[in-house]
Amino acid sequence: MFGVIAECRSPNDETTLKRSLRLTAAAVALFASALGLAGTASAQVFYRLPEARTGGKLLLTGGVSTVEGSGGGGIATWALTTGYGAEDGVGGNVHGTYVHLPDYEFRSIGAAVGLWDRVELSIARQEFDTGDTGALLGLGQGFTFTQDVIGVKVKVLGDAIYDSGGWMPQIAVGVQHKSNDQGAIITAVGGKDDEGTDVYVAASKLFLGQSVLVSGAVRWTKANQTGLLGFGGDRNDDMEPQFEGSVGYLLSRNLVVGAEYRTKPDNLGFAKEDDWVDIYAAYALNKHLSVTVAWADLGSIATFDDQRGVYVSLQVGF
Amino acid sequence: MIKLSLLAAAALLTASSAMAQDAAPEPVHDDFAPPPIVMSTEHPDEEAVEPYARSNANAGATPFEGRAMFDAFHGQAGIDRIVDDMVARNVADPRISPIFAASDLVRLRRTLKEQFCFILGGDCAYSGMAMAASHADLGLQPSDMGALVENLQLAMGAEGVPFAVQNRFLAKLAPMKRDVVTR
Repeated sequence: MFGVIAECRSPNDETTLKRSLRLTAAAVALFASALGLAGTASAQVFYRLPEARTGGKLLLTGGVSTVEGSGGGGIATWALTTGYGAEDGVGGNVHGTYVHLPDYEFRSIGAAVGLWDRVELSIARQEFDTGDTGALLGLGQGFTFTQDVIGVKVKVLGDAIYDSGGWMPQIAVGVQHKSNDQGAIITAVGGKDDEGTDVYVAASKLFLGQSVLVSGAVRWTKANQTGLLGFGGDRNDDMEPQFEGSVGYLLSRNLVVGAEYRTKPDNLGFAKEDDWVDIYAAYALNKHLSVTVAWADLGSIATFDDQRGVYVSLQVGF
Repeated sequence: MIKLSLLAAAALLTASSAMAQDAAPEPVHDDFAPPPIVMSTEHPDEEAVEPYARSNANAGATPFEGRAMFDAFHGQAGIDRIVDDMVARNVADPRISPIFAASDLVRLRRTLKEQFCFILGGDCAYSGMAMAASHADLGLQPSDMGALVENLQLAMGAEGVPFAVQNRFLAKLAPMKRDVVTR
């Protein structure tokens, strides 16, 4: 605006100056009236939007990030919505998880959001690195299965934290769609598909007076090693209900210790598949940073038995 | 010409500000004055409240049996310190401090101390209002409840109440959420 006026400083250029001023004044007027209208309109829009406060939940009550990206323990899904947004708020986090096993390495990174303590959206990329074992399996040194998991979870009813008077848990239903990048190898070992969809129902309850969290989930799935070795197989190609359970004892506002158990299908003829179990400790430094350390027994994976090792997961969010 | 367009601009500005005013609430009366504060005759340092039926049932939870919980909170002196600390934390907490701006903190501290003492198994009667009645006009949200619980946890922790004992008490308070949170 000042530039326009400066350009027209010459008194001989009076007509241009007038025109510029007129244009400027009209522009200012238009802008001001637009602001007035937009102010009213946006106030109406924001009035109708739900609240988006952050940090309304208590420490650790959003759970940590499972290897599949949803909120829960490490390997067992919870009915709690991820993040620290209460019913009037939103939350979100990213996670990185590393599991060191005798013959393999597992890595996962992902992100998740929780909306109004009702809906959870999650995405995760898992890498199952066969390392030296890849050569022994004939896959090649460092051969890695990569799987992407996108998930949706919806709380159906209940309040796991505040309904401490009765037995009613919080219940949620969820879907996880998984796609694996090694279709050819999966087919070669007897798997039927490189993509699959799991459906689950989870129930969680904090027995606050006892400082104990109990959670269980039934998952309908045909994923082999949660999908890292594909879906369905020569022995079975049907969706079957599997169980995931976990307990946790709250030692302080920041620290929970517990155990998890997860049953799995056994669809592939070439290698038996075991249930997973772990004991864990999750420490929340604050609502933005938590660390989970576990000792996990993942049993036999692709003919290599006794896959026990340390699980470390870092979650950053709000 | 300049004058004309400036006039037009001024007119448009006036029009837009008039439109903005349409959305504003009704102007208050010129002779508006806040109602005078009437002090309680029973508790001279508290503001008077509308009469209500008094009952220990207003405390919103059944008390613990025995004196173990009361003792674990270091008796009435411990409860007094916890309530004073919690109220101080709430008033200083930017998330929820506006909620307490119009509260009678003297009455709030007294009734909270009675309520905690009653629920923890001390020899107290609760003389305050029921939870639904006392929170009806506050418009509390779930995140406010979370902040309140956190401040109570910090106050109990500062008093040295063991975490498991804190949770036994919180389990009595948690179901009050449905009466306390109204939106």
